[in-house]
Amino acid sequence: MQAIEFEPWDDPQQKPLIRFQNVTKRFGDFTAIDDLSLDIFEKEFFALLGPSGCGKTTMMRMLGGFETPTKGRIELAGKDIGPVPPNKRAVNMMFQSYALFPHLSIWDNIAFGLRRDKKPKDEIDRRVEEMLKLTRLEKFARRKPHQISGGQRQRVALARSLAKAPKLLLLDEPLGALDKKLRQDTQFELMDIQETTGTTFVIVTHDQEEAMTVASRVAVMDEGRLIQVETPARIYETPNSVYVADFIGDVNIINGEATAIGEERYRITWGDALPPLVATSAKPFSDGQTCHLAIRPEKVTISTEKPQEADNAVQGKVLDIAYLGNLSTYHVELPTGTIIKAQTANTRRIARRNITWEDPVWLSWTATAGVMLAE
Amino acid sequence: MMRLSWFNVVSLTLGFVFLYLPMVILVIFSFNESKLVTVWAGFSTKWYGELLQNEAFLNAAWVTLKVAVMSSTLATALGTMAAYVLVRGGRFFGRTLFSGMIYAPLVMPEVITGLSLLLLFIGIGLDRGVMTIVLAHTTFSMCYVSVVVSSRLVTFDRSLEEAALDLGCSPAEAFRLVTLPIIAPAVISGWLLAFTLSLDDLVIASFTSGPSATTLPIKIFSAVRLGVSPEINALSTLMIGIVTVGVIAASLVSKQSMIRQKREEQQAARAQ
Repeated sequence: MQAIEFEPWDDPQQKPLIRFQNVTKRFGDFTAIDDLSLDIFEKEFFALLGPSGCGKTTMMRMLGGFETPTKGRIELAGKDIGPVPPNKRAVNMMFQSYALFPHLSIWDNIAFGLRRDKKPKDEIDRRVEEMLKLTRLEKFARRKPHQISGGQRQRVALARSLAKAPKLLLLDEPLGALDKKLRQDTQFELMDIQETTGTTFVIVTHDQEEAMTVASRVAVMDEGRLIQVETPARIYETPNSVYVADFIGDVNIINGEATAIGEERYRITWGDALPPLVATSAKPFSDGQTCHLAIRPEKVTISTEKPQEADNAVQGKVLDIAYLGNLSTYHVELPTGTIIKAQTANTRRIARRNITWEDPVWLSWTATAGVMLAE
Repeated sequence: MMRLSWFNVVSLTLGFVFLYLPMVILVIFSFNESKLVTVWAGFSTKWYGELLQNEAFLNAAWVTLKVAVMSSTLATALGTMAAYVLVRGGRFFGRTLFSGMIYAPLVMPEVITGLSLLLLFIGIGLDRGVMTIVLAHTTFSMCYVSVVVSSRLVTFDRSLEEAALDLGCSPAEAFRLVTLPIIAPAVISGWLLAFTLSLDDLVIASFTSGPSATTLPIKIFSAVRLGVSPEINALSTLMIGIVTVGVIAASLVSKQSMIRQKREEQQAARAQ
């Protein structure tokens, strides 16, 4: 049986649930969002990722109705939602601070939105029960927000924002206040809940690991623009710029000059003292063009002997070893002073490790290991 | 227990004697048998009995209470609204001027406030009575309420209101269902402040009261000018008693709720 891939963004027949059309948002002289266009599809778990001040929260607040675009148009299910106030939108938001009502019990917090819709009482009760069960909060229904822990509060906020079964759920740094272990557990819970309810989720985060874990697609933002919108795997493996490569995960950037030596094959010269490198690129580079070769540390092999049949091999000296338990990262200094990071999985016990500080080592990688970037 | 040095003992004693000696003397002399205020002639509670017979005092007390309740309620409503607009209204034209102006009556000499109100009431031909005192007290206590309420609103997490809007509230509903219940303690303490201000105001009331209505402070002040009677001592002692009970009750209630909240938070921390 063939698994059906969920890739509505590659299907021209699909109509997007949300459409940003040339949206600009200015606060006085400051441009928070700069002429941005983006489609988000139904049932997606979409992550807006970027450093603070990149405009990701402004995007979310425009979807929630708390800010209106200065220019451009935002559509939800084909309708312009610019003039619709937040209380009339089929969109709910989970706030960064959770914004639980401190004077109401957990039950009343979850029922709050349903009561505003003047739903019959038994229907409200049924829905609240359902939400409590979904978020495993049955025991705490009668408590007040200050009587439960941070992780439980986070689940109440989620239950409250899902209770009205919105078309779109916005999550503003939902896991920021949780510690690392709880955050990882909650990420998987979020994904489960998203799948169970079939709601479209848009999450704002500055944590790249979180975005990679939960999202179907990630939009990397900087200074009010989208730099790249892709699946987590493509963002990681084929970043379109040094900015994205550097923002997502760890990377070695080697600057040099490209010369074509075959079909999609280039030689990169990077300083007179070192042999030129070989790399492939689907994107064309002209001869003599400056390029940046981005290689992930785990794709660089470290060895004590000169490797046979490697496309690229350079010699250096171990400067630092970062031991992370499951992985070790070696910082290797080349004769030119450049530092290249290489990462290996610690599949053996540490006592057998045969590379240590100051050791001369060889680094090698294949021609397809890196990505050539123009900027 | 820590032992206090002789210097600390002396300063503590001096301070409290300075604060409470006049009141203690007043309380003691309210139980004086003699009609002469300065001569002790034995213990008696007869002045308290006489006080209850004194129609004029009882009337004044009733007027004072009515004025205090009405003006503090009105001032709380207006003051809360003003605070809300000034803190939440965003940057509208003249906002800084308005915020400055709302605090001005706090430093304005009461005589001037009273005089200007008197001129206004005469100008528009309003007969002076309970109505004019209520209006006058509302005017000057409103700014106290708005100071108390706006200091609470400044620290209020705005996302709570946004969450209410997000869940389907109109702005008015969001205020009624979320903002007001949360800032209620500040609103209540604003009301209490306005109530006490109105209760003991002499200056503004004497400008705006008329022959048909006299408040207790005015009554006491005018009676004292004819000579201090033990009846007034008795009345003042009652007022001291009521205030003391009120203050102690309020502090007990707030201490209890603080202890309860702390216990519940500890429970929540353990439950993790």
